[in-house]
Amino acid sequence: VGSPAFLSLQRERRCLGVCDGGQMQTVTLIPGDGIGPEISTAVMKIFEAAKAPIRWEERNVTAIKGPGGRWMIPPDAKESMDRSKIGLKGPLKTPIAAGHPSMNLLLRKTFDLYANVRPCVSIEGYKTPYTDVNLVTIRENTEGEYSGIEHVIVDGVVQSIKLITENASRRIAEYAFEYARNNQRSSVTAVHKANIMRMSDGLFLRKCREVAENYKDVKFTEMYLDTVCLNMVQDPTQFDVLVMPNLYGDILSDLCAGLIGGLGVTPSGNIGANGVAIFESVHGTAPDIAGLDLANPTALLLSAVMMLRHMGLHDYGNKIQTACFDTIRDKKVLTKDLGGNSKCSEFTADICRRVQDLD
Amino acid sequence: KIKMCSFVRPFLLSVILTSMFSLLRSDPLLPPSTQQVHRDSLVCASQPPPAQYGGRHTVTLIPGDGIGPELANHVRELFRFCCVPVDFEVVNVDSTMASEDDINNAIMAIRRNGVALKGNLETNHNLPPSYKSRNNLLRTTLDLYANVMHCQSLPGVRTRHRNIDIMIIRENTEGEYSSLEHENVPGVVECLKIITRTKSLRIADYAFRTAREKGRTRVTAVHKANIMKLGDGLFLECCKEVASGYPEITFDSMIVDNTTMQLVSRPQQFDVMVMPNLYGNVVSNVCAGLVGGPGLVPGANYGEDYAVFETGTRNTGKSIANTNTANPTAMLLASCLLLDHLKLHAYANMIRRAILSTVTETRLHTADLGGQGSTSEVVQSIMKVKNFTVTF
Repeated sequence: VGSPAFLSLQRERRCLGVCDGGQMQTVTLIPGDGIGPEISTAVMKIFEAAKAPIRWEERNVTAIKGPGGRWMIPPDAKESMDRSKIGLKGPLKTPIAAGHPSMNLLLRKTFDLYANVRPCVSIEGYKTPYTDVNLVTIRENTEGEYSGIEHVIVDGVVQSIKLITENASRRIAEYAFEYARNNQRSSVTAVHKANIMRMSDGLFLRKCREVAENYKDVKFTEMYLDTVCLNMVQDPTQFDVLVMPNLYGDILSDLCAGLIGGLGVTPSGNIGANGVAIFESVHGTAPDIAGLDLANPTALLLSAVMMLRHMGLHDYGNKIQTACFDTIRDKKVLTKDLGGNSKCSEFTADICRRVQDLD
Repeated sequence: KIKMCSFVRPFLLSVILTSMFSLLRSDPLLPPSTQQVHRDSLVCASQPPPAQYGGRHTVTLIPGDGIGPELANHVRELFRFCCVPVDFEVVNVDSTMASEDDINNAIMAIRRNGVALKGNLETNHNLPPSYKSRNNLLRTTLDLYANVMHCQSLPGVRTRHRNIDIMIIRENTEGEYSSLEHENVPGVVECLKIITRTKSLRIADYAFRTAREKGRTRVTAVHKANIMKLGDGLFLECCKEVASGYPEITFDSMIVDNTTMQLVSRPQQFDVMVMPNLYGNVVSNVCAGLVGGPGLVPGANYGEDYAVFETGTRNTGKSIANTNTANPTAMLLASCLLLDHLKLHAYANMIRRAILSTVTETRLHTADLGGQGSTSEVVQSIMKVKNFTVTF
C-alpha cells in the first residue's frame, strides 16, 4: 500500500482505460437513500447519452451483523466492489441510535479508504463571492482526530486521542504527490499545526518532507492551519493541492466546498488500498424532497466525472463535464437549489441533449 | 490675629486646587454619550488594577517578534501624543532562547501590573517538543481562559461580504492545545485533547454574560460532537446548561465544518459564537479574513485576574518585518481595548474614532488592504485627525 507496486498498478489501470476504447468497465453503483436513487438514475441516463463504456452493478449497503457480532456491509456489495474496484455512491443516511456505526464509516473501514480527495473548481454559471477557485484538498481519512478513542478520566474530564502514525502519513503524502504529478498540479501544501501539536503534526510534516524529496517536480510548501484559513477566504487562487490530517481536512474541504457553492455541487472521491476507489456525493439524503423529482444531480455527476478521469477515460469525463457546466451557465433549466425551478428530469434531459450535441 | 493665618491661605489654596484637579479627572464629568461605553467594559470579568502613582497605570508591553516591535513603538508614540496616563513596562522575550526565563519574567511582570499588550512570539516548530510555544505558556499560566475577537465589517474596506458583526469567544487554555503528546510505539504518536466540565461551563458562562451585557440575541456553539461524542459532547452539554439560565438569548449549535461553509456563504447569520480552542482558531481566522484581513482585527484574552491584548489572528508577520508596510490598525485597536479595560474610556473612544476614520481613507490603505500606504503614514494621519482632543 502506497508502495511503488501499488502506484504502478494505478498507472496500469489508467493505461487500460485509455487503450481499451470500447471495452466496458464495471462500476459498482450504490444509489443510497433519500434523493440517492433519483440522482443515480440521472447519472446513468447521462452516461448512456454519452455512450460511456460503463456497466453499472447496483448494490445496496445496509449494516448487517456478521459472524462474531461485528457489523459489516452485505457480502454481495463487498464482492462486487472487490471485483470492479471502482464505486459510485449516493448519500447514505445515518440513523441515530441504530446500534451500528454509520455506513460511511463502515465502507471506509472495509475498503481502507485512506484518502478523501475533493477538487474544488468554481462553476462558471453558479455565482458565488469567490471566482477562479481551483484547488484540491486531500485529506487523510483513517486516523487523526477521528480515531474515535475517547475516555472519561474522572467525572467532568474527557480526553480524546488524536492518533498520527508514520505509515498513514507517508501513504497520504505519497498519494498527494502522485495526484499532483498525474493531474499536472504545480504545488502541494501541507497544512498543520506543529507549533502547538509538536509531536503529532511534526511527524506528519516530517513524512511529507521526506516524500517531497522524491517528487522534485512538484513544489512543496508548509503552512499553518490558521494562515491557510485566513488566506483562503481572502484569496483562494494562491492554493493548489492541500494535504492534511483528518480534522483539518474535514474543516478545510467543507470551507472550500462553501467557496464554490456548497455540497450540492462538490464532487468527492475516496481512494483506498488495493486500488479501490469510491466516488460519492457528500450532501445529505434530503428526505424532504426525496421522490419529488426536485433533486440536483450535479454533485454525483461531477463525482462520476472524477471517476471517469481516475479510470483514464478523460474524453468522456470532459464531455460530460462541459455539458453539465454549459447547462448551468445557460441558466434556462436549473433545479431549485441552483436558483431555477426546473425538475431534476428536465435538468438531466438538457445535459443529455448537450452531450449528444457535443459528439 | 493668629500667626497660623499665614499658612492657612496657601493650604486652603492647595486643597481647592487638588480637588479641582481630581474633579477634572473623574468620570462623572464625561459627556453622557461616553458614559454609555462604560457598559462595554463591564464585560471583562476582572477589575482593572488600581491606578497607582498619581492616576497613571503601568502596563506590561511585550513587543514580540516580526512586526511586533515596530507596532509596539507606534502604540507608545500614539499614547505619548495623546497624553494617555499609561506607562509601559517593556519586557523583551527572546523566542530563540531555549530557556523559559524570559517568558517567566514576562508572566511575573503581567502578574504585577495585571494588564499587558503583546506582540506574537514566534515558535520554531522544528524544535523538539520540550520547547513549548511561548504564547501558549503565557495563556495557560495566567489562566486567560477567554479569547474574544469582535469581527465587524469596516466602512471603507472592500470585502466580498458586507454587514458582518460576529463576536467570537474561544476557550483559550485547554482542548487541543494541552500540549500533551507521547509516542508509545515508534511511529505512532498520540496527542490528547482535554475537555473539562469546569472550563467548558466557565467559557459558556462568559459567552452568555457577554452576550447579555452587549445586548446580543443569539449564541451559537461550534462543535464536532457527532464524531467526538464524549469530548465535544461534554462541551455542548455545558453550553446547553448555561443557556437555560439566559432565556432571553437564543442558543443553537452548529458542527464546525458546516459553520465554515456557512461563514463563507452567509456570514451575516452569526451573532455570538462560542467554541473550544482549535475550532476557535479556525473560525476566528476565517472571520478575520472575511472582514479584511489580519491587519484589522484586535483580540483580547481575559482571565479572572489578568487581561492581555494583542492582534486577533496572532501573526508575527516575519516576512514584512521592518519594511514599514504592516497595518497598525489591529494593534492600535487592541490598545483601545486595553484602555477600555483600564476604564480610560474617553481616551479609548478618541483613539478609536481617529483610527476608524483613517481606515476609511483608501489612499492610506497598507499593502494588506490592497493599497500602498506605509505604517508610519497611517499613524501620522491618525494623529492629525480633526477634533482629536480629549473632552472632559
